[in-house]
Amino acid sequence: MNLQQIIEQLELTILTEPRDFASIYPVGGYTSDLLSCVMAGAKGNYIWVTLQSHLNIVAVAGLLEVAAVIITENAQPDAATIAKANEQGVTLLSTPKTTYEIDGRLWELGIRLPA
Amino acid sequence: MNKFCADLHVHTVLSPCAEVEMIPPLIVQRAVELGIDLIAITDHNASANVSAVQKAAAGSSLKVLAGMEVQTREEVHLLCLFDSAQQLEAWQASVDAALPDERNRPEFFGEQFVVDEYGDYIRTEPRLLLTSTRFSIDEVFERVTALGGLALPAHVDRAANGLFPTLGLVSEQWRLLGFEISRHITPAKARAAFRSIGNLPLIQSGDVHRLDEFAASTFFTLAERTVEEICKALKGEGGRSVAVQSGADK
Repeated sequence: MNLQQIIEQLELTILTEPRDFASIYPVGGYTSDLLSCVMAGAKGNYIWVTLQSHLNIVAVAGLLEVAAVIITENAQPDAATIAKANEQGVTLLSTPKTTYEIDGRLWELGIRLPA
Repeated sequence: MNKFCADLHVHTVLSPCAEVEMIPPLIVQRAVELGIDLIAITDHNASANVSAVQKAAAGSSLKVLAGMEVQTREEVHLLCLFDSAQQLEAWQASVDAALPDERNRPEFFGEQFVVDEYGDYIRTEPRLLLTSTRFSIDEVFERVTALGGLALPAHVDRAANGLFPTLGLVSEQWRLLGFEISRHITPAKARAAFRSIGNLPLIQSGDVHRLDEFAASTFFTLAERTVEEICKALKGEGGRSVAVQSGADK
C-alpha cells in the first residue's frame, strides 16, 4: 500500500507541499508523543502517528526520514512548522480522528511492522 | 535588602537551538544594557559555557548564576540553579550519565559550541543535547535539592516541554518553590489557566535564545544575589520576595 492510497483511505488532509505519494511505500509505523521515544523507536520510511504539532516534530521526522507524520485530533501545526517541513522534505498529514483509530486503520490496511 | 532585576533562563551557543550571537560578551553586554542585575546560564542538559559567561561578567554589574535546563524523561524542562561550581559539576556528572549516548546532528538540531569568555571557539559538543535524560521529574527535584540547588519547572505554559501542557498536574512529592512562565503569558493569565499553580510564586524569563529575547520582568528582593537567597525569596522568608512586573508598570 502506498502513501497516496493511505491518504485516500484514511481521508487525511495534506498540510505540506504535494509530492509523489504514490511512489512512497511505508514499511511500518510508530506511535508516541514523546519525541525522545520516537527518536529511539521509529525508523526510516515508517509512518509516525502523534498529536504533537510543534516545530520539533519536523526535526525528528527529518532526522529519521519517516514516510509521513500523521497529526491526529485536528492538532494544527503553525505556519513556521509547515514551512520547515517543506524545507526538510517532511510530509505532514492531518486528521480529526484519534491516534487509536488511525493506528487501527493503518494496521487493517496492512501497514504493520517489517519482518 | 536590595531589589534585583533577573532573567534566570538564558541559553548560549552550546544549546543547538540558540542563535550564534549568544556568546558570553554579547550576553553580558545586552543584559547590562537592559538593567538586568542577575542572569542564569541554562543550556539544554549542559553547562560547559557557564564559567565563560561568569568570566565575561567579571567586573560588570551583572551576576551570573550557574544553571542548566534539564529535560526529564516525561519531556518536561526544569531549570536547575546552583551557587557553586562544585555543585554544578556534580549535577553535570549525573546528567552525563543519564543522557542517551547519541550524536548530535547539527543539520537537524543546530551546532553545539563550547566557547571561552570572549566567545572564541573551544570545541564542539558531540552528544545530542536536545533530548530527554533518564531522570523523572521526581528524581530531578530529589537530586538537585540534595545538592543544595534549586529546581523550577520551566515555561510551564508552553506546549513544547512545558509542565502543564505536557503533564497536566503537579506532584506532592516535588519540592516545588515556584514556577517559571514564558514571555508569552502574564502571571494573571497563567494562574487562571493553570490552577495547579496554586499560591506558589511565579518568575518570568526570556528563555533567551536570541539577544532580543530577555524578559527583564522578574524582580527579587534579596540580601545578595545567590541561589540560596532566591530560595528564601520564593518562600517569602525574612523580608525577601519575588514579583513579576509587566513592561508597563516596571
